[in-house]
Amino acid sequence: MPTILVEVMPKPEILDPQGKAIANALPHRGFTGFSGVRQGKRFELSVDGEVTEELLESARTAAAEMLSNPVIEDVVSVTVAEDL
Amino acid sequence: MNDFNIDTVTNAADTPETELPWAELGLKQDEYARILEILGRRPTAAELAMYSVMWSEHCSYKSSKVHLRQFGEKVTEEMQKDLMVGIGENAGVTDLGDGWAVTFKIESHNHPSYVEPYQGAATGIGGIVRDIISMGARPVGVMDPLRFGDIDHPDTQRVLPGVVAGIGGYGNSLGLPNVGGEVVFDSVYQQNPLVNALAVGVLKHEDLRLANASGVGNKVVLFGARTGGDGIGGASVLASESFDDTKPSKRPAVQVGDPFAEKVLIECCLELFHNNLVEGIQDLGAAGISCATSELASNGEGGMHVELTNVLLRDPSLTPGEILMSESQERMMAVVTPENAANFEAVMDKWGVEHSWLGEVTDTGRLIIEWDGDTIVDVDPRTVAHDGPVYDRPYHRPEWQDRLQTDTFRSSAAGGDLPASAEDLGQAVVELMSSPNMADKSWVTDQFDRFVGGNTALSQPDDAGVIRVDDRTGLGIGLATDCNDRYAYLDPYRGAQLALAESYRNVATAGAVPLAVSDCLNFGSPEDPDIMWQFAEAVRGLADACMELGIPVTGGNVSLYNQTAGRAIHPTPVVGVLGKFDDVSRRTPSGFQRWADGQAIYLLGTTRDELDGSEYARMRGHLGGQPPAVDLIAEKTLGEILINASRDGMIDAAHDLSEGGLAAALAEMSLRFGVGSRTSLHELCERDGVDPFTALFSESQARVLVSLPRSEELRFTDMTTARGFPALRLGVVDAESGGIEVAGAFQDGSFGIGLDELKEAWSSVIPSRFGGAAA
Repeated sequence: MPTILVEVMPKPEILDPQGKAIANALPHRGFTGFSGVRQGKRFELSVDGEVTEELLESARTAAAEMLSNPVIEDVVSVTVAEDL
Repeated sequence: MNDFNIDTVTNAADTPETELPWAELGLKQDEYARILEILGRRPTAAELAMYSVMWSEHCSYKSSKVHLRQFGEKVTEEMQKDLMVGIGENAGVTDLGDGWAVTFKIESHNHPSYVEPYQGAATGIGGIVRDIISMGARPVGVMDPLRFGDIDHPDTQRVLPGVVAGIGGYGNSLGLPNVGGEVVFDSVYQQNPLVNALAVGVLKHEDLRLANASGVGNKVVLFGARTGGDGIGGASVLASESFDDTKPSKRPAVQVGDPFAEKVLIECCLELFHNNLVEGIQDLGAAGISCATSELASNGEGGMHVELTNVLLRDPSLTPGEILMSESQERMMAVVTPENAANFEAVMDKWGVEHSWLGEVTDTGRLIIEWDGDTIVDVDPRTVAHDGPVYDRPYHRPEWQDRLQTDTFRSSAAGGDLPASAEDLGQAVVELMSSPNMADKSWVTDQFDRFVGGNTALSQPDDAGVIRVDDRTGLGIGLATDCNDRYAYLDPYRGAQLALAESYRNVATAGAVPLAVSDCLNFGSPEDPDIMWQFAEAVRGLADACMELGIPVTGGNVSLYNQTAGRAIHPTPVVGVLGKFDDVSRRTPSGFQRWADGQAIYLLGTTRDELDGSEYARMRGHLGGQPPAVDLIAEKTLGEILINASRDGMIDAAHDLSEGGLAAALAEMSLRFGVGSRTSLHELCERDGVDPFTALFSESQARVLVSLPRSEELRFTDMTTARGFPALRLGVVDAESGGIEVAGAFQDGSFGIGLDELKEAWSSVIPSRFGGAAA
């Protein structure tokens, strides 16, 4: 079953409190060498059957209008994965 | 380090012909001319950024200043008795006694909350809380007066859940109880929701801090979150249009808050105050570093020297103008003596707060900002912070005002066929209580933490939020916010006074002595003379009423341009009143107590035929006529009665009559703890010369319903008689019946409403629209 993957990230210029908290925590656990962390999210939209161009377009629209908040987030990618 | 050109002062002097995008930054032609005149040359890009944002309506109060002066002029000695810091600082400070002081302020975050409801409402809380911190106080509570469009409008469906979740998300994370506020629905707020936020803090007298940069040679430090592109509206114009067209021109206008960073900032600041490590402090809100540097400098010795490249950035591509205008949250600026610098740094390290030393205080009378050694700002800070344009905008009474005021409820079609039979009146009460504005708001308030900290003595739905300040003595405060925008629309002068009267009454009903006022004046465009008249009238009304009640306005906020497509909101002067308890254990709750079976119910005050602008009229789709009469002397006497009754333990419940009149007050007092009542309107109708319908739904002011044990009746009525205040026994608390029974001069006996039925109707309204949990 193919899956459409949607990746959403906070806009680069927007504060990302979660990423900041993780960035602060990393060195405390001995993970040094990372200068920053930003945390986004990934959606997996399962599809029964074939991923048509229409379906992909519909996923892109859903990503832009519903899965992300266009005021503070960017849709980074909408891709198809065959065997997840 | 950056790929943009730096517009230095020298460069500005050498290139007078360079066109700057002042209009895009919101400056008017004459305002820009004034800047040219002040500087004697064209401003640099950074200077233009500073002036444009500091001279905006939001920061400069340029349209409202001439009217707001009345709050400082119409004052008596009595009003200043307890006042430690008045209008003009981040928030006013009032003496509480025992070495304690209290500071509170209300602000608007209307527009950001419309654009991005969650973050807008969240950062509204964050901003007002930092105002409180910068006075040297520990924040102890917040309140949110909220106004949305019609409950069934899609806009409300989008905005309300986000706003409620944002307030909860930020306030709950900070560990601050949210002890009250309002939720109002009216189609005038569609696309213009009002999200106001009030914060209150307490401090010991010696911890008081002010925003001034004193002491030549003292260091200026920025601490807290890093500076990013948040909230930059106009500065993007500078970035993209005049210097570098290849940069991403669309900077976000939305700030994102981080409540956990703010919590650390609160504790860190309190430690700085406690150890006496800062000379002056200012929070960074609107206009960010522009505001903090120019205000600190002009309130202190008059000069400051800052190296802007020292600012820690989240986004290294920001231009100097953008850095100056950024509204990144959770930042503070302080002035520290060189001797204290090491200790200051130790506190920063302890709390893990980033800081950067930006420069120092000077006595040159100039605010100098450098970028890597090149001077990019050289201004008199007063011209930026205080000497902005002031407009006495034209205003006149709208030509439709008279027509509106003569269209009374009684004379309208809606007021023609009023319920008169017991059955119809009973149904009308249920209908009233299940209308969106009277319905149970716990779907909203349950998402706020009302009791965190363990010092909340009363909160929504009681008349006032009550917070204990000193657990040794029980010293505490009571707070309420109110505004009936329909009254203010019918008559802005009286409407503002009625907002104050209700807020005052709510605080006194809980048992607190009213001390101070903070106001959030939400209006449409000041460029419309009709709207400007509403504003001028409301301010005049509020200032007059404050003088009569003897409590000062200690601070507040003005929010103008609340209109979309030429349609303005109703004038909405939200008024917060703060009161004092010697001992919060004496507070009076708003509901009949389960153990109070058989207690007497008294109505204090006089009922007149005042239905214009009422909730009943709203239910019938009518708005016109004159708002209820204002009687501030009666409000004051009533307040004294309630405060004494609470102090002497005479009454066990008290609730003020406001929207929905006696019908709503009776219903709310029973719904609070599920305890019914039996009352009769006979005597009331006879004494005040009104019919049962008017007795139930009129919104006459200066009225309160109380319940008291029979053993206290004589003492209580002696007190009301001695003060010449009308008090009438309406009936008794009935804990057994499970219903509200009202007898009266009806055509057909009495009506009874089962509490279960009423509760179902009252509590299902909001959940049925917004579902289980907020988004």
